[in-house]
Amino acid sequence: MGFLDFINNFFNGFFQKKKHVRLGIYGPTNSGKSTLANRICRDWIGEELSTVSNIPHETREINVKERVTVKSDGKKLTFNIIDTPGIATKIDYEDFLKFKLSPKEAKERAREATKGVIESIRWLENVDSVIVVLDATKNPYSQVNITIIGNLAARNIPVIIAANKVDLKKANIEKVRSAFPQYGVVGISAEFGNNMEDFYKSLVKLV
Amino acid sequence: MLTLQYLPYDQIRNLSSETRIKKLINLVKENKILLLEGKLNPFEEAKLIEKTMEQISKRFKGIEICTVYPENKNIEMFGKLRNEILRLLGHRQGLTIIGPATIVKEIKRDPNKIELLTKPLRK
Repeated sequence: MGFLDFINNFFNGFFQKKKHVRLGIYGPTNSGKSTLANRICRDWIGEELSTVSNIPHETREINVKERVTVKSDGKKLTFNIIDTPGIATKIDYEDFLKFKLSPKEAKERAREATKGVIESIRWLENVDSVIVVLDATKNPYSQVNITIIGNLAARNIPVIIAANKVDLKKANIEKVRSAFPQYGVVGISAEFGNNMEDFYKSLVKLV
Repeated sequence: MLTLQYLPYDQIRNLSSETRIKKLINLVKENKILLLEGKLNPFEEAKLIEKTMEQISKRFKGIEICTVYPENKNIEMFGKLRNEILRLLGHRQGLTIIGPATIVKEIKRDPNKIELLTKPLRK
């Protein structure tokens, strides 16, 4: 191998090994994490990442999309997006029966959901920045929200809060802001794409 | 019958995080609502959720948990909370309520009040 090949391989290897920011999407169940992950992926790479539904714990495994590039305000940010299962402190398979799942399906979903929560918590070690997605129609003062944000703060991981579902009448962004005054809170509707420009601006700034 | 058990922090102070969490889960699995003096640190809270998930079964559906702070009089508590978390000190301050999800339906927290809603007991 000649000297030039060596230099070439060295620099290729160097740049290939360059790691992108690992951007985690965290939050309680049914807050719209996967809807937001899909929105971001659709907006910037034209494809979706996760399946979504109204049944809680639809995302039961970590989904990763690599090399998503967002541009905002003349800045460019490339990251790997990590959509995580919703964090919960309780899982009852009977709750899934209300969504017309069979008992067998409900039990299986509950079993997978518990694993998903564990996986989400363990992945806290592997993220560089996090979007915490909260349902703006719900009370933000829940222990799950506090535990998630407390863990990110204790690990010094930069956080942006997406107060989702602002298209709904019951949404109250101010309540989310007053619950977490030390964080940037952006009101969005991941489903309908409301206020995504502001969201991308804050995201690029955050990372 | 609903059992409330007060757990002074001294009873868990010298335990390792893992043993502490195990003790809390075991007490909750006895269908007791725990009133723990002080609070767990954020890592322990996450571990508590993780360990709870590992033990979900037909009889044990998980937990409801809520931590109350002395500063819980106004919304500024979360700014203070963050500082507290970062320092990871002051475990004896406040009160942590942990109950089994089969009994405690929800613990609602607003800045100024806590409501513990229970489920009707199954016969």
